[in-house]
Amino acid sequence: MSLLSYLINGISLGSVYAIIALGYTMVYGIAKMLNFAHGDVIMVGGYAALTMMLSLNANPLIAVLVAIVVCTVLGITIEAIAYRPLRQAASPLAVLITAIGVSYLLQNIVLLIFGSSPKSFQSVVLVPDLKLAEGALMISGETIVTIISCIVIMIALTTFINKTKAGQAMLAVSEDKGAAQLMGINVNGTIALTFAIGSGLAAIAGVLLCSSYPSLSPYTGSMPGIKAFVAAVFGGIGSIPGAMIGGILLGIIEILGKAYISAQLADAIVFAVLIVVLLVKPTGLLGKKIQEKV
Amino acid sequence: MQRMKTNKNFKSNLITYGIVIVAFAIAQTLQSTGNLSSLMKGLLVPICVYVILAVSLNLVVGISGELSLGHAGFMCVGAFFSAFFSKCMVDVIPISGLRFFFAVLVGAAGAAVFGVLIGIPVLRLRGDYLAIVTLAFGEIIKNVINVFYIGRDSNGFHFSMKDQFSLGMEPDGVMLLSGPQGITGITRDSSFLAGVILILITLFIVLNLIDSRDGRAIKSIRDNRIAAESIGINITKYKLMAFTVSAALAGMAGALYSHNLATLQASKFNFNTSILALVFVVLGGIGNIRGSVIAAVVLTALPELLRGLADYRMLIYAIVLIVMMLFNWAPKALEWRERYLGRIFRKSAKEGK
Repeated sequence: MSLLSYLINGISLGSVYAIIALGYTMVYGIAKMLNFAHGDVIMVGGYAALTMMLSLNANPLIAVLVAIVVCTVLGITIEAIAYRPLRQAASPLAVLITAIGVSYLLQNIVLLIFGSSPKSFQSVVLVPDLKLAEGALMISGETIVTIISCIVIMIALTTFINKTKAGQAMLAVSEDKGAAQLMGINVNGTIALTFAIGSGLAAIAGVLLCSSYPSLSPYTGSMPGIKAFVAAVFGGIGSIPGAMIGGILLGIIEILGKAYISAQLADAIVFAVLIVVLLVKPTGLLGKKIQEKV
Repeated sequence: MQRMKTNKNFKSNLITYGIVIVAFAIAQTLQSTGNLSSLMKGLLVPICVYVILAVSLNLVVGISGELSLGHAGFMCVGAFFSAFFSKCMVDVIPISGLRFFFAVLVGAAGAAVFGVLIGIPVLRLRGDYLAIVTLAFGEIIKNVINVFYIGRDSNGFHFSMKDQFSLGMEPDGVMLLSGPQGITGITRDSSFLAGVILILITLFIVLNLIDSRDGRAIKSIRDNRIAAESIGINITKYKLMAFTVSAALAGMAGALYSHNLATLQASKFNFNTSILALVFVVLGGIGNIRGSVIAAVVLTALPELLRGLADYRMLIYAIVLIVMMLFNWAPKALEWRERYLGRIFRKSAKEGK
């Protein structure tokens, strides 16, 4: 029974990773950049929701919506100011370092506004805990909501990309920017839209993460950010189902590793599994094999 | 033509050594006349550490063309191997300078071994996948050191992965490595002079490697892997060479770092340290060794120089970083520089590409 509850916890944590990884993977697929500030957008989302609930006494649902709006606007702004000018830069590393600069910037702005001490986050989840098998197996409301939101997001995102014009435009831009532009697609607008969706998802992930692990500090986002990045690579970066599978597997491995092997080594185990997977399948679980032309 | 180019490289290398020596002389003069604040004095050795780290990382990122996000891991290995060696040898080799010399060798060798072990599987991967695996190795090294407990008593060494008490040592036992607390009571063998000598050694190794036949092979792989392979260059061998040399030099930086501290903890060598080194490399110019040296000095000193701004200093650091990246790399900014700042910057803008 304990194995089952660990598994459920793992899937719940993995769902959060998956939602963050979706943002990573979409941005990577379309802009070919590793957005290291993504983890910090999660943290900003958490603070936005917390501020709404504490100082304005807002309904948790409204707080979540505000967090999504704040992060979406933030994502678009970051892209326009810091990333877009560097899109044609000579080295892809330039935009990577700028992303790191943005990450420092967000951390320090939040640090100045809210202070460095961790704040306790009040859960936004109103669903009661579920008790199964006469109390032997308890599933918290947060877990249920996290898993369900993950599934809903996954379905919505897949439908959006495959069935709408904007989604098809995204696919086209990620395939070939120049050709997409020739077909009349607004490349800048499409990339901005991708950042907007990724950042909105980050806000949801931030709120869910803080509801399950109720402590929020300016550095909350960085470790989940790195883990989600690992998850995205694990599943094959650029692939949306890959991010989902990668995230959930990562969550399960982390929780089981913590429970059965060693709490201190849990992170090392996660990374070791990643390395083994990449050595066997060098482009991740669902990654496309890159054809090289001479 | 070839000779002219070699001469030019030679001159450029001499300038790089010269800058380091002049900077050392200035710092020493300032220090002896008492014009250096205690904060800056404390920064002298860390600056040397970061210069070595940046130059070594530039060998992988700039010359070999692979993005490594786990460089702090090699520094960590070097730091722990060398500090462990010094702690064991403190009675055997009483002379501080000699002990430090051997400690640096041990640190570099340890990191090189890890470089080979990690390099062989990792260098099969490309681009961002390679980056993530190096990141993963950096985190693994940090986590694994955190669970090691090593002690020594009259019976010899004791080793455990659980805690201090499961070592079962005699009462006279001494803890050498105690998990997350790391290594304590390291002799402070490093000095600014030692740091500068290590920088010069690093520069000598890297600059000579770049200009050598092997270095040209490494650069040809960076520029076009398939073309390089087709003319018979052994890709794995040369990539591994760059990676291992870089790891060994990072281990040297780690040795210098650990002998400047009383307590050494693995948590210091996290992802942020690797990123910091990468920032030096990119800001100084990818593949430009002299740029790495200057960027490492300026950016290590900058947060301390901004200390007067108290809480705002990291905020300003972040803004400076973003603005400098945009100014140095954005095509529009380069165009603007070309047009308005004219000749002065034209050369550097071209080199930046």
